[in-house]
Amino acid sequence: MSFSVDENGYYGRFGGAYVPEILQKNFESLRVQYLDIMNDPEFQREFHSLLRDYVGRPSPLYLAKRLSEAVGAKVYLKREDLNHTGAHKINNTVGQILMAKRMGKTRILAETGAGQHGVATATVCALMNMECIVYMGETDVKRQYLNVQKMRMLGATVVPVTSGNKTLKDATNEAFRDWCNHPTDTFYIIGSVVGAHPYPDMVAKFQSVISEEIKKQLMEHEGRDYPDYLFACVGGGSNAAGTFYHYLDDDRVKLVEAEAAGLGVDSGESAATIHLGSEGVLHGSRTLLMQTEDGQVIEPYSLSAGLDYPGIGPIHAHLAKTGRAEVLAITDDEAVKAAFELTQLEGIIPALESSHALAALHKVKFKPTDIVVLTVSGRGDKDMPTYLEYFDKK
Amino acid sequence: MNRINKLFAEKGNNILSVYFTAGYPRLNDTVEVIKQLSAHGVDMIEIGVPFSDPLADGPVIQNSSQVALKNGMSQKLLFEQLKDIRKVTDIPLILMGYINPVLQFGFEKFCQKAQEVGIDGFIIPDLPMNEYLQEFKPIADKYGMENILLITPETPEERIRLIDTHSNGFIYMVSSASTTGVQSSFAASKEAYFERIKAMKLKNPTLIGFGISNKQTFDSACNHSGGGIIGSAFVKALEENDSVVKAVEALISKLKN
Ligand SMILES: Cc1ncc(COP(=O)(O)O)c(C=O)c1O
Repeated sequence: MSFSVDENGYYGRFGGAYVPEILQKNFESLRVQYLDIMNDPEFQREFHSLLRDYVGRPSPLYLAKRLSEAVGAKVYLKREDLNHTGAHKINNTVGQILMAKRMGKTRILAETGAGQHGVATATVCALMNMECIVYMGETDVKRQYLNVQKMRMLGATVVPVTSGNKTLKDATNEAFRDWCNHPTDTFYIIGSVVGAHPYPDMVAKFQSVISEEIKKQLMEHEGRDYPDYLFACVGGGSNAAGTFYHYLDDDRVKLVEAEAAGLGVDSGESAATIHLGSEGVLHGSRTLLMQTEDGQVIEPYSLSAGLDYPGIGPIHAHLAKTGRAEVLAITDDEAVKAAFELTQLEGIIPALESSHALAALHKVKFKPTDIVVLTVSGRGDKDMPTYLEYFDKK
Repeated sequence: MNRINKLFAEKGNNILSVYFTAGYPRLNDTVEVIKQLSAHGVDMIEIGVPFSDPLADGPVIQNSSQVALKNGMSQKLLFEQLKDIRKVTDIPLILMGYINPVLQFGFEKFCQKAQEVGIDGFIIPDLPMNEYLQEFKPIADKYGMENILLITPETPEERIRLIDTHSNGFIYMVSSASTTGVQSSFAASKEAYFERIKAMKLKNPTLIGFGISNKQTFDSACNHSGGGIIGSAFVKALEENDSVVKAVEALISKLKN
């Protein structure tokens, strides 16, 4: 079985490119060029030197001793939270801004939920002196205010989106509509492994630097280049795709994904797309999504803005349906508890999204000798108001 | 001959096609809207099936879709409402909606029901030609459904030729790089695009849509193609008038003056 994308942009039966005619040309020209551009040695050189000198890669692989004791396995943390701008998102935006430049585009669009992708996009736009427009649901503008202010300081225009549930899905709709109106000069930097082909594959490849480094670093620490388990949270699934990338075909490695159950998978207030979703088409790809029996998309809920999305990258639909990955649903409560646990045991305040992956550690029965690598996708600065409010309420 | 081909064979130009969102402004307006449009000389009707995330639509149709969904509109209910529609009108009727609700309903069942009630074709803006040909076309053909494909100012000539080859009805020519919406006049660059397409001498007739809202834009569409498609401007009229008849009259008078 293959977990790579095929030439039509499918992972098994998921993926493809369901895009309006006005954007066909953009997707088509990206499709025929992206691999050549990415494989160009000059592109690789520029990409990797920015990752090293600007982002601060490689990110450490840290053996979390006290957490390991609590969990009953040897747990390494892949510290994407230490990247410039505080999350894994910047790996992808550095790659895509270079892609946009190669394609001669001058205006950049992004959607954002937690604001991490928006900040990461605004950052590389400042760096490359490009116009940047970020669509963000009004609900998220309120709950991620610090990131909104950062984007503005970086020179981006933040457009609050008032349609639908005013969160990530709606921001994505609005970014697509903007692109329909400006197809020639504009490049859409999508923030996860979602959207029409070739975005899921392109984003996964930019994020694959995470597992490339894990391989080398594990070799140094453990004398073997693979773990027994990989853990990551999934919103659209980009940090998970990057964490899994070089291990997808390695059966020795178990893949565990944590999705957001919100108030509980069956509470009606959830964003557990893989548990609750059925096959459909959202934002250009055939994937699993939360929908009514009439095919209307259901508004998701999660305390975590970055996981508050009713769809999932097609690669993850495929990994879940084939049984390659195990998917665990983590509630708001479990995630916040895990955030406090990591903070108190290791002195690391994780992003609320990453805390879902941390909580999932407690749901798997390990052998004491198991080697686990968990990607801490981001840091918790942006979530401080949420954490404190939650703490006060209890 | 199907109704779409017949319309183009018999009339050929100045064709007026009007879009509305089913279930808007009131859930049970569907049949009345079709009846009134048809009675006022509209040549073809596009019945919009609302979707929660209409990517290719501007604010007016987004809003009407949201209201229609709140009212309780669904693919299933729409087919029930359209059960006797062929007793009401004889003009071509086309369903316009997004792929996801169609997939949930079941693509084959969708085509079968559409044929049963007398629908002539469909427009699914997020079902591009490639995906359509691979998976869906044989089924649509079985039930005699025309899939109306779009071209835009961004569509390369080679692809327009392909779309022409795979179309049999008409080609929906999107006026501009945009979502649906209202424009008061067409810029000169648009006219150049319209002329470029005309000069390609496609086998299928074309209709121009997106942004047509008044006499000026409708006349321009008629001068450069088989006619015009009006969406947002009519949905707006439905919003602004307290009855369907008044909305239709308002639209028609806008196109005349
Ligand atoms: C820190 C962090 N982790 C994870 C995510 C979820 O995205 P993905 O599933 O693409 O990694 C986000 C999204 O905003 C984020 O900010």
